[in-house]
Formats: sequence, C-alpha cells, structure tokens
Amino acid sequence: MSDSSLNISQSGFDAAPTVSEGGVGDYIALMKPRVMSLVVFTGFAGLVAAPGSMHPVLALAALICIAVGAGASGALNMWYDADIDSKMRRTAGRPIPRGKITPEEALTFGAILGVGSVVCMGLLVNWLSAGLLALTIGFYLFVYTMWLKRRTPQNIVIGGVAGALPPMIGWAAASGTVSLESFVLFLIIFLWTPPHFWALALNRARDYERVGVPMLPVVAGADATRRQILIYSVLLAPVGLLPAFIGLGGMLYGVTAGLLGALFLVFAGLVYTRREGKAGERAAQQLFSFSILYLLLLFAVLLVEQAFGGVLAWTT
Amino acid sequence: MIQLTEEQKKRRRSRSIAIAWILGALVVLFFVVTIVRLGGNVANRPY
Repeated sequence: MSDSSLNISQSGFDAAPTVSEGGVGDYIALMKPRVMSLVVFTGFAGLVAAPGSMHPVLALAALICIAVGAGASGALNMWYDADIDSKMRRTAGRPIPRGKITPEEALTFGAILGVGSVVCMGLLVNWLSAGLLALTIGFYLFVYTMWLKRRTPQNIVIGGVAGALPPMIGWAAASGTVSLESFVLFLIIFLWTPPHFWALALNRARDYERVGVPMLPVVAGADATRRQILIYSVLLAPVGLLPAFIGLGGMLYGVTAGLLGALFLVFAGLVYTRREGKAGERAAQQLFSFSILYLLLLFAVLLVEQAFGGVLAWTT
Repeated sequence: MIQLTEEQKKRRRSRSIAIAWILGALVVLFFVVTIVRLGGNVANRPY
C-alpha cells in the first residue's frame, strides 16, 4: 500500500461523522412559518370562496397539505440559497447559515415534505389541487429560486406565480375545478407581489448587490423601482375590486377593497415622491408593512362575507 | 463511536418526539378522512 492511499484511508476513518445539530425550532424556521401562514390564509380564502361545500375534515386536510407544501418550498429555497443567505443581514440568522442544519438535511427535509404534501393532497382531497400544489412547489424551486432569482430583475414578478397560486389550490380542493373567480384571486396576489418585494428591496439593495442578486433597485436603480412600484400599485387597486364585480365579494368587500386600494396608492405615491434619506427609507418600509395588511384584510373580508353570507355550508 | 453531548441528545430526543407526533397525526388524519369519504356506507356494508 502506498503512502498516499494510506493517508486517504486514514483520513477517511478519522473524519468525524456529522452529528445533526438542529432542534425542532430550527426545522420550523426552515419552513418559513410567516410566509407559510400567509399562504395558508390565502389558500383558506380560496377554499371557502369556492362554490359547493366541503367536509371540514377534508378542508383541514387540504390546508395541512398547503401548509406543508409551502414549508417544503421554504426549506428547498434555503437549501439552494444557503451560499447567499449567509452573506445577507436579513437571512444570516437562518438555520443553515447558523450551522444548525446542513444543506443536505434541508434538501432531504424539503424533498420529503414536498413529495409528501402532494401525494397526501392527491389521496385525501383531489388530484387537481395536488397538481397545482406540485406546480407551486416546482415553480418556486426551479423557476424562481434556481433560474430567475440570480439572473433577472423580473425574478419576483414571474416568481410571483408561485405565491399567487394558493387561493387557486384551495378553490380546486373545494370545488374540483379552477375558474375565473379563482384566477381573479390569483391575479390580486400576482400584482401585489412586485410592490411588496420591491418596497423591501429598496432598503436592502446593498445586501442584494453584494451577493449578486439582480433585484430591480440594484440593476435599474431606486428611481426606476419606485416608478415600477407605482405602476403595479395602479394596476393592483382596480384588480383588488374585481371580486365585487364578479359576485365573489359583496358590498363590504367592495368598500374595503376600494379603501385599501386607495391607501395602497397613497403609500406607493409616498415611496415615489420621498426619495432621499430617512424619509425615503421610512416610506418604503411603510409600504412594505401596509402591503401585508392589505392582503390580509382583503382576504379576511372575503372570508367574513362568505361565512356570514350563508355560502359557507359545511355538509358531510 | 460518537459520544453525543447532552445538548445533542436533548435535540435528538425532541426531534424524535416531533416525528412520532407527526406520524401519529398522519395516521389519525388518514383514518378520519377514510371514514368521512366512506360516509354512511360504513354502516351499510354487506355481511
């Protein structure tokens, strides 16, 4: 035996096996629970707004599958982006950069959750919603995370498809079909995504630039981003009203969507006009925070109307 | 032979308990959904 082969053999034996360091909380963090909660909420709204009725147990099963599917997307995203997450302030505290979970563990965890959630959705609910869930996870991982995120400033525009699909999944779970109404819910989230993320990116441009992610403020500059935020907000406000015109929402929804849309435009307008220093940063932060409230309230009113409008008729 | 620290043992135990709970919940979920899907046919099965 040569010296070199002996060394390789010895180093192989000497190498300490990896001991898993992650606690349950780290695995929960890997699933991006805050994103997951918004996904589940919009999925629930789609499920409730859909025509027909659904047994509560089946509805619960569908929501669990949507939640787990969203968690899988988060874990797989953190696996692929581990290299840049460690270099950004916002993401440096995630489980992989902190060394609590290895990338391989995250990949395995995400893959099992992803496949498991789709198979369970198909077996327990229906295969159309399972297919849409698979499309969502696949789009988020392959199209957004792997393909677009590091290549184009339109990353979050096209990638927004994944985040906009949950109401459609909920709709398909309850009704077994997709329809114009579910597409309108999809469209609201799709148009909401760019101003939401660009408002965040305006204040994180240096972080994104350092790790080479071509977010719009990095590539086109802050002023172009502010213009794009305003354009998408102008598109979003009327689209947010659409459910009231197609019978999905009632009077309460229409009034709320009108007010929220107007407020969204005000905040987007402030981002457009206040460009310098702390005032500019604050305007972007306010729009980011309000955008979350906007989506939550819009879908909450839709839920309330359905619940009190007698549409929510659970039957066995 | 790897000697786990107390902290590592604690984390492994908490992971194992979480997995047990999840598997148990899955079994219950599949059982209940099966009963729901069968509906009244559970009582009407032929003997």
